[in-house]
Amino acid sequence: MTTTTENNAFKSQEYFINMGPQHPATHGVLRLLLTIDGEIIKNIDPDLGYIHRSIEKMCERDSYQQIVHLTDRMDYLSAHINNEAVCLAVENALGLEVPERVKVIRTIIAELTRLASHQLWWGVMGMDVGALTTYFYGFRDREMINDIFEETCGARLTMNYNIPGGLMFDLHPNFVQRVKDFIAHFKTKLPEYDTLLTGNVIFQKRTQGVGILTKEDAISFGTTGPVARASGFSCDVRKHHPYSAYDRVQFNEALFTVGDTFTRYQVRIQEMWESMAIIEQLIDNIPDGEFKTPTNAVIKLPKGEFYQRVETARGELGVFIVSDGKKNPYRLKFRSPGFSNLSALKKMAVGSKLGDLVAIMATLDIVVPDIDR
Amino acid sequence: MSYFSDIYNGVKTLLTGMSVTGKYFINARKEIITQEFPNNRATLKMFDRFRGEVVMPHDENNEHRCTGCQKCELACPNGSIEIIWDRVIDEETGKKIKAIDKHIYHLSMCTMCGLCIEACPTDAIKWSQNFSNSSYDRTQLTKVLNKPGSKIAPGVKDKE
Amino acid sequence: MNISLSITKNIHDWLFEVMSAPFATVVENVLIAVAFLAFFALAGLLLVWMERRIAAFFQLRLGPNRVGPMGLFQTIADALKLVSKELTGPDKADKFLYNLAPYFVIVASLMALSVLPFSQEFHAFDINIGVFFLIAVSSIGVIGILLGGWSSNNKYSLIGAMRSGLQTISYELSVGLSILTIVVLAGSLQISEIIAAQQAGGWFIIQGHIPAMIAFMIFMIAGTAETNRAPFDLIEAESELGAGFHTEYSGMKFAYFFLAEFINMFIIAAIGVILFFGGWLSPFGITESIPLLGIFWFMLKVLGLIFLMMWFRWTFPRLRVDQLLTLEWKYLLPINLFNIVLMAVIVWLGLTINF
Repeated sequence: MTTTTENNAFKSQEYFINMGPQHPATHGVLRLLLTIDGEIIKNIDPDLGYIHRSIEKMCERDSYQQIVHLTDRMDYLSAHINNEAVCLAVENALGLEVPERVKVIRTIIAELTRLASHQLWWGVMGMDVGALTTYFYGFRDREMINDIFEETCGARLTMNYNIPGGLMFDLHPNFVQRVKDFIAHFKTKLPEYDTLLTGNVIFQKRTQGVGILTKEDAISFGTTGPVARASGFSCDVRKHHPYSAYDRVQFNEALFTVGDTFTRYQVRIQEMWESMAIIEQLIDNIPDGEFKTPTNAVIKLPKGEFYQRVETARGELGVFIVSDGKKNPYRLKFRSPGFSNLSALKKMAVGSKLGDLVAIMATLDIVVPDIDR
Repeated sequence: MSYFSDIYNGVKTLLTGMSVTGKYFINARKEIITQEFPNNRATLKMFDRFRGEVVMPHDENNEHRCTGCQKCELACPNGSIEIIWDRVIDEETGKKIKAIDKHIYHLSMCTMCGLCIEACPTDAIKWSQNFSNSSYDRTQLTKVLNKPGSKIAPGVKDKE
Repeated sequence: MNISLSITKNIHDWLFEVMSAPFATVVENVLIAVAFLAFFALAGLLLVWMERRIAAFFQLRLGPNRVGPMGLFQTIADALKLVSKELTGPDKADKFLYNLAPYFVIVASLMALSVLPFSQEFHAFDINIGVFFLIAVSSIGVIGILLGGWSSNNKYSLIGAMRSGLQTISYELSVGLSILTIVVLAGSLQISEIIAAQQAGGWFIIQGHIPAMIAFMIFMIAGTAETNRAPFDLIEAESELGAGFHTEYSGMKFAYFFLAEFINMFIIAAIGVILFFGGWLSPFGITESIPLLGIFWFMLKVLGLIFLMMWFRWTFPRLRVDQLLTLEWKYLLPINLFNIVLMAVIVWLGLTINF
């Protein structure tokens, strides 16, 4: 890229920069090869595989109970929902009916996980556009959820609370009260998120009209979750293919049409309200009963192919199990939401500025271990 | 005209944002959420179910409840548990039974999934709430859970 | 009780008594330089501590609290660590410019520091073009940033440096014009006379009422941009560029950049205080008889403005580079030009508020 003639000296040149694998805005070890003209992005080439741990291959080695704890390590911010996906797949394959109590508890904890994930995302979103203080406010509220998880499940992030057939142990006696306290607390704090960041003129200017993804593109790239719903693609698995206790709760699917960075932000804020509404409907009437259906110590799935999808905080997670009748799967494939959402990044960000790319990446809510597995 | 209303709205939203942080600044002493960790180590209490590390409780006679059935070893996804066992003659019945020599636990490989404790039929192992497990020497992370000279508590039997 | 007057004057007289005139001048200048260097280091470290502590309170944290009372010595410990660190740099850097850049930044802020009046007569360098000198000198710093970013042989640094160049060129205008608004009111460029005018007729923010307030707001916005602090910290935008122009600097060279940023903030706040809040004057002249207390009032007001800038930093998101320019050229500059005319009309018609 050297200039040889005098005329070239004033021509604009494109150049490469490496964004990542160690870069603050890529949230992990994602590497983006950017072609840049001044500040304007001409091309994006994501380079994956820096945190590939071959979880799918490890699943082929493990028994069905053991697979569950590996899914914690994929999308660690929706650990419980990942666990639930595998457990539901195994239960459906076995034709196992889990108690009502289990379904409700799973739903409540899944929604708490979604809230925690979105709170962290909100903090990081603010940080990526330069408002560092949001990070701590988001973490303050997330801490309460983590405490709830720690008291009931024994761990804060990688909980492994689900087992095929139910839950590992029953709810902690304090659980209901703590969740109610949290909801009461967060209902006063969520409007504060809006006044601090959503309404801010700088933030709105930074995000509105940036990184637009049309509905057609959203569908053709296979995006799901908040990214697709911001573009007007109704794809909430909880609504369209209800699992666990989602068929008995009333909630609205957060759906917008513009598809820019700001609407992706709004979808997640609205999802936090909806999650709180779901928890409020369920928390007072958790049915009594067993917390698990006993299974054999060695679970053997019948021969065949089984698919289960759930809605994680990032979108649709699919678990595809091919069983040959043994105690471990013949093949297990995860359809992870982050991977498909990342594929739309080029469409969204080409032509915008370097600062926009960071904001767009933040609204994709990328968790790199989920993309690489 | 929208030029001036833009300025007005812009300044207004900026000031509301500043009022939020300003409120926290004034109440900073009350609302602090961080902990001064190494100083409060003595008073820090973990929740009962917190998964710190796997331990094997012993009673006052230095007796544990592990029969050496190896169900935990099988349940562990990562090979964190190794049981070295032997057959000894039971004093009551005179039959040969399994008894553990060493219950080895590799903390460095453990992912705290809890499957071993779920699998244990005799409740011989349980979680401790010990949260600071880091060490300068990785050999310290390989632990023998049964104490030297311990033996199985009387009456604890494998379910056949 | 003119302690401040007598201290400087006594030293001056004593020096000229014991030595020949040229030698005494040299010694006197060296003494002043040492005093300013010491102030530079101490104020820089104190401001870093203040920033961290205030940021912590905004963010529901405690901030540095282990080294010394309330963590006061934390920044000194950090500085000692930076001094003892190895100076590493990229292999293919332009070595000469790479090493030169930090000095540009630090010399520029030191020079600007020299014309600040801390109290009556407690003023190292009171030239008749004081304000003009401040504007001129404070824009030298950007050369250091440009050199540092360019010579580091790092694309992120280069982007940061280029952003800094366009940012400083743009916002220099607004700083200059808003200062000019006040100069219209004061009728002088000399700092001591500007303050004298405020002593006679009240602080300029009151004396010049509406245009002075507009000028103050523009000055604070442009001044924040001038010091490259959030929400205008595009040149180091850590979520975009890592650390921007000083990515490749380590040890003391990095510390120079870091300290200079805080001293620049001090300078901008000090200019604001001199022009709008009466410099070392006490409110309503309550301690006018004790000039030494002028230092206290001056520092108090400066710290107040610095706190305002920190408040900005820990609340607002960062602007994008094109929005940065839109803000300057479409909003601040036209308003500023209009404001100068308004101020001129007000001064012409004698509509100022005088006590």
